[in-house]
Amino acid sequence: MICVKKATKLMLYGALIAVLFVALWVLENTLPKSTMLFTVLKKGVIYALLAVSMNLLNGFTGLFSLGQAGFMLIGAYTYAITTIPVAQRMAVYQYYEGGIVQFALPVFAAILLAGLMAALFAYLIGLPVLRLKSDYLAIATLGFAEILRALVQYDKFGPLTNGSNLLRKFPTFSSVLFPFAVVAVCLFLIVLLMNSTYGRAFKAIRDDEIAAEAMGINLARHKQLAFVISSFFAGVGGALLAMYQASVQASTFKVAMTYEILLIVVIGGMGSITGSVLASFLFIACSEWWLRFLDTEQFLFGVQVPLLRSGFRMVVFSVVIMVVVLFYRKGIMGDKELPDLFRRRKLPKEAIK
Amino acid sequence: MKKILALCLALMLIVSASAMAETIKIGIFEPASGDNGAGGKQETLGIRYANELCPTVEVGGVTYEIELYEVDNQTTADKAPSAAQTLVSQDVAVVLGTYGSGAAMAAAPIFEDAGVPAIGCSCTNPGVTLGNAMYWRICFTDPFQGEVMANFAASKLEAKTAYTLYQLGDDYSAGLVNYFTKAFEKLGGTIVAETFPEGNSDFSAYLANAVNAGADVIFSPSSTTAASLILGQAASMNLEIPFCAGDTWESSVILDAVKGTELKVYLSTFFDESDTEASTLAADFVSGFKAWLNANPDKMTNNGGNDIVAAVSALGYDAYMTAVEAIKLAGAVDAASIAAALPGVSLEGVTGLIEFDENGDAKKDIAYIKVADGEAYAFTFLTTTQIAK
Amino acid sequence: MEFFSGIGEFIGRNLPYILAGISVGGQYALIAVGYTMVYGILRLINFAHGDIFTIAGFFMVYIAAAMPLYVAIPLVIVLTVLLGFTVERVAYKPLRTAPRMSVMISAIGVSYLLQNLAWYVTGGLAKLYPVIPFISNSVTIGGATTKMVTLITPFLTIALVVVLVMLIKHTKIGMAMRAVSKDFETAQLMGIKINSVISMTFIIGSFLAAVGSMLYFTNYATVTPTVGAMPGLKAFVAAVFGGIGSIPGAVVGAFIIGICENIIKALGYSTFSDAFTFALLIVILVVKPTGLFGEKLSEKV
Repeated sequence: MICVKKATKLMLYGALIAVLFVALWVLENTLPKSTMLFTVLKKGVIYALLAVSMNLLNGFTGLFSLGQAGFMLIGAYTYAITTIPVAQRMAVYQYYEGGIVQFALPVFAAILLAGLMAALFAYLIGLPVLRLKSDYLAIATLGFAEILRALVQYDKFGPLTNGSNLLRKFPTFSSVLFPFAVVAVCLFLIVLLMNSTYGRAFKAIRDDEIAAEAMGINLARHKQLAFVISSFFAGVGGALLAMYQASVQASTFKVAMTYEILLIVVIGGMGSITGSVLASFLFIACSEWWLRFLDTEQFLFGVQVPLLRSGFRMVVFSVVIMVVVLFYRKGIMGDKELPDLFRRRKLPKEAIK
Repeated sequence: MKKILALCLALMLIVSASAMAETIKIGIFEPASGDNGAGGKQETLGIRYANELCPTVEVGGVTYEIELYEVDNQTTADKAPSAAQTLVSQDVAVVLGTYGSGAAMAAAPIFEDAGVPAIGCSCTNPGVTLGNAMYWRICFTDPFQGEVMANFAASKLEAKTAYTLYQLGDDYSAGLVNYFTKAFEKLGGTIVAETFPEGNSDFSAYLANAVNAGADVIFSPSSTTAASLILGQAASMNLEIPFCAGDTWESSVILDAVKGTELKVYLSTFFDESDTEASTLAADFVSGFKAWLNANPDKMTNNGGNDIVAAVSALGYDAYMTAVEAIKLAGAVDAASIAAALPGVSLEGVTGLIEFDENGDAKKDIAYIKVADGEAYAFTFLTTTQIAK
Repeated sequence: MEFFSGIGEFIGRNLPYILAGISVGGQYALIAVGYTMVYGILRLINFAHGDIFTIAGFFMVYIAAAMPLYVAIPLVIVLTVLLGFTVERVAYKPLRTAPRMSVMISAIGVSYLLQNLAWYVTGGLAKLYPVIPFISNSVTIGGATTKMVTLITPFLTIALVVVLVMLIKHTKIGMAMRAVSKDFETAQLMGIKINSVISMTFIIGSFLAAVGSMLYFTNYATVTPTVGAMPGLKAFVAAVFGGIGSIPGAVVGAFIIGICENIIKALGYSTFSDAFTFALLIVILVVKPTGLFGEKLSEKV
């Protein structure tokens, strides 16, 4: 009985995903390429991965880390450094005689490597900092992100990282299907993880560390694991972001970037994967597209609308975020997932803990 | 949800298509805020002025009205791509800008991907056009400018040791310092190089380093925001070492900073408003632009509160005229035809002859060296330099 | 004789760094006290504190353009205090019973809002800070020329902090503050008006940030929307370094960080001047999480 249920459920999800991809393919072949919709879809899906990877730590394991931008930086740089075609290196590393890396990896290998490098750094950073509690952990991870940024910009590492200068000319994607496919695979892995014993252990640590330890969960090991896995996906997300932007520069991976992703996680709901995904699309659509008009002077019935000028969009946006943070603390989804919403209607007793 | 979105989009497209019947959109990709905001606004003024003088273009017997679509790229490489994306989604036929190489380089792949030609006004880093098929540029480049300033420092200022300072992550200053260094070392000089992180306010330690290194000249072609901090602290230290910088420093921000101090500031730039004897075009532009600014207090404010004609305004004007010329030459108003026509453009501009080489750079070989005079509140012309390419 | 001239030259070479370090340290100290007091009482890293410092700078830019300085200076202080008070009431008070993470996120949200608001109002362009006479004058000591404010900052900082410590030691509200920071719930049970104590903390913190911003921007005369972010973070590091919750600790920590930062620059590793501060933070957190003067915190179960 349960097996059958599971199988139908899987098939249902599979079908939904297939429909999504077909819909995307159709959209791409009917709408003109330059519409804002594709920008939002591309950036939104990448931010979805970044938000979920942060949620894995902050929402599911209860580790308040602010090092996201640092791991994205590692991912983006790893991808960019290893994929710039050798012929283009002279132009990119214009001040370092072409740099020291003189090979180019295939795209998928480089994306994987980006994740692995971020995970490696996370492992090393995790050794000292994961012993710290809540806000101390936050500030220490934030500090590490800043240190990583300074290291990448260091002139002596220029032949490898191009110093503080732009990296570009690496392979990018033009179809929305590419980031969707990569992120779908990543999210699938994350969902699997969250439903495994590890996932349950993470949640137990979040809910009560001491109780979790008493139940025989190795705190240090599980925290380290969550930190490394989250950073792996942050690295992959960083690589995708690099592809989306077509250029990378260390100076853009600031604390502000981490804050932005944190706010997405909060809007979506701490501890909800679907919440983070929905919030990412909403966040990106609002900031890149729907609220753009707030930044330009508008005339309504011949009268100039007051207040509208460059920067107003972000003010409105941050007010909305404050409202969510203060009054809708659970965000869109709380710690529920999208399927839970349907399930609760049918089985109210089981849904109540 | 998707359906509604698609429907909205389709509607928007129909509306824009019907409106586009007799207009052609030119995108302005300039910073109006951030570190380069002041300069970006001046460049935009030049473009707007050109648009007012020449608001239409005739292609194949049809008169098209040129509509400017402005976006603010906020100076930085992380904000620039999404601003560029906005322009592309507005279906602009050609893009003008930007001030500051970092934003131009970050946006270049987006314009290339969309097949929209972009004409850089004052972005001097070679990386803007190098390997970017869709980026052209009408000003000189940093290898040239760096060499000019290195020659000037070594011969006119008799400098043996130069202290260079640039901001991490600022492609413009990093590039210029790099080329200055190469040229200055070739002339037998010594370089002491340092960098500062974004958002740094305290430059007194850097300036003390320059003094302790025995520098004869400080080459710090940073953004004007950092420049006013550097100059302010240099003034309070009574620093006697002269400063050299590039085109960005030709701004009233610098004049404010040197006013009432003993500081000596030299810079190279593209254009000199007093050098109007060479061409009537330049003379007309200077007098016309000044009158245009004086007629409207808002424009004056955007120009920094005075009617000094900045080189970047002249370049903005020339970039617009270059675009118009390319549209005429193409005989069509679509991006691809304009891009194909651009290499063939030959235009006598305010800042000199504009013809592109194989990289898409204008073949310009003249730089004006000026000194900032705080008392007269002007940049006084010193000399021109020509280096054969 | 040669020895003395050698020393003279050594001092001449290095005095500018030391002076800059002490001056920057004093400015960090004024911000750090605000962090450490709020943390001591609410256990909250007030991420918005650096932005309150920035906004104080903008207040001055706009008010001094319209009014004479002797009106502008007190007005800026009053407005900044009001801002700090409002931020606490609007963004932190409703979350008093919420988990600590929520309050910290709210603080990040406030920081985001203040930065965007400042960006909107100023157009993101750097604004020139008005010249405050006397403290902007140049002075020469030991061959190094600097602004008067560099010399005044450490003394003013120490004087303000001494007054503050006296206030906390000897007044009723000070006693209440100490009680609340020792044990939030018990203090509440003892009839201490928690909310007014917390408001007072924010008022003092904002007052010091306003004074700090005047000193800081007199030295570095441009105000931009994100200018407070880095000094804010560094001041927080200083507070942790000195032992969070300890006011003298925060001051000592701030001076050490200010001086170290300038030594790093003097040695030619300027790329790492910011990173160094964070490296120091991590070392302290790992080796001695209570900082130089901090009390041992017992983790509540």
